Amino acid sequence: MSWLEKFFGSPQPKSASLAKERLTLVIAHQRADEDSTPDFLPALQRELVAVISKYVKVNPDDIRVQLEKRDNYEVLEVNIVMPEPSAR
Amino acid sequence: MTRVIVVTSGKGGVGKTTSSASFASGLALRGFKTAVIDFDVGLRNLDLIMGCERRVVYDFVNVISGDANLHQALIKDRHCENLFVLPASQTRDKDALTEEGVEKVLNDLKHMGFDYVICDSPAGIEHGAIMALTFADEAIVVTNPEVSSIRDSDRILGILQSKSRRARDGQEPVKEHLLITRYSAKRVDEGEMLSYKDVQELLRVPLIGVIPESESVLQASNSGTPVIHTKDEDAADAYQDVVARFLGEERELRFVNFEKPGLFKRLFGG
Ligand SMILES: Nc1ncnc2c1ncn2[C@@H]1O[C@H](COP(=O)(O)OP(=O)(O)OP(=O)(O)O)[C@@H](O)[C@H]1O
Ligand SMILES: [Mg+2]
Repeated sequence: MSWLEKFFGSPQPKSASLAKERLTLVIAHQRADEDSTPDFLPALQRELVAVISKYVKVNPDDIRVQLEKRDNYEVLEVNIVMPEPSAR
Repeated sequence: MTRVIVVTSGKGGVGKTTSSASFASGLALRGFKTAVIDFDVGLRNLDLIMGCERRVVYDFVNVISGDANLHQALIKDRHCENLFVLPASQTRDKDALTEEGVEKVLNDLKHMGFDYVICDSPAGIEHGAIMALTFADEAIVVTNPEVSSIRDSDRILGILQSKSRRARDGQEPVKEHLLITRYSAKRVDEGEMLSYKDVQELLRVPLIGVIPESESVLQASNSGTPVIHTKDEDAADAYQDVVARFLGEERELRFVNFEKPGLFKRLFGG
């Protein structure tokens, strides 16, 4: 900081206000994410794996459960990758 | 009625243990029977800050596993009557803290007539941090005026609102307090640090105090005496104010305004 700036105050935007702007966005998103991811998804995934495993051999990783927000409704998407026919 | 208060933050190294030690001491100085529990299993530190590290025989996990009873494990504080420390265990088994075990210890403390139980949470959002906040009636969220600390505080607030026993049982929610620590009024004045008003606006939690950045915090931890006991010192006085506000007294914020140096100093440096 030059002595002039020290005296009259620096004209540049301050880093603190930039931090606040960025945090406002981050926190808004964080709260929205929390509201939209229900706690039961991991449990649902585990139970689906258990049920499907009774009939076919699948890896836990082959089942994906996702909740997607569309405009005014939600889609629960369950993706199951079946094993190669030979492996059955 | 015993009140359980968790001191938490998400982010590490922001001043949870420093604040737990001073807050618990402040309550005890006011005559309340107070216990402070170190939940940082594997990384015990509260005993050092309280200056009782050489008197640790049994710990929190010993009590939970039944190897010792609470009377044996609680360490009486050197500096004030009515204050007891329950140290963390140095075991690396993080699952040693079971929910039933923690609940039983807290219930036993209630039966022993404690007014306040302060839970010093470990950093992070893993098991230890969850155990520390599960049974809380109130939460002190410790935040530094810095981007990652603020974001993590918001995370931990979300977790308090979903994982605490009060939230799960649909009772009255955990009462939240924002405690801003390591505050530099000078850097705020220069526009380099978020002000306490900014932090509060972002997190939307009632402010219980602002603790200035202070060299005496390090001196206090060197000597094992919580900083609140230091005479005529800003951080100590700020912690006294926190205790007063917690007990419902009105106290104006101090140490948040930077006194600009005079013209002479600004021209010729200082
Ligand atoms: N107001 C303050 N002024 C200066 N230094 C401080 C202040 N508060 C805390 N510190 C320092 O910051 C460091 C971290 O403090 P502390 O151990 O209380 O944090 P913590 O949140 O408990 O950390 P952890 O997440 O590791 O448990 C310590 O070195 C402490 O002395
Ligand atoms: Mg700590």
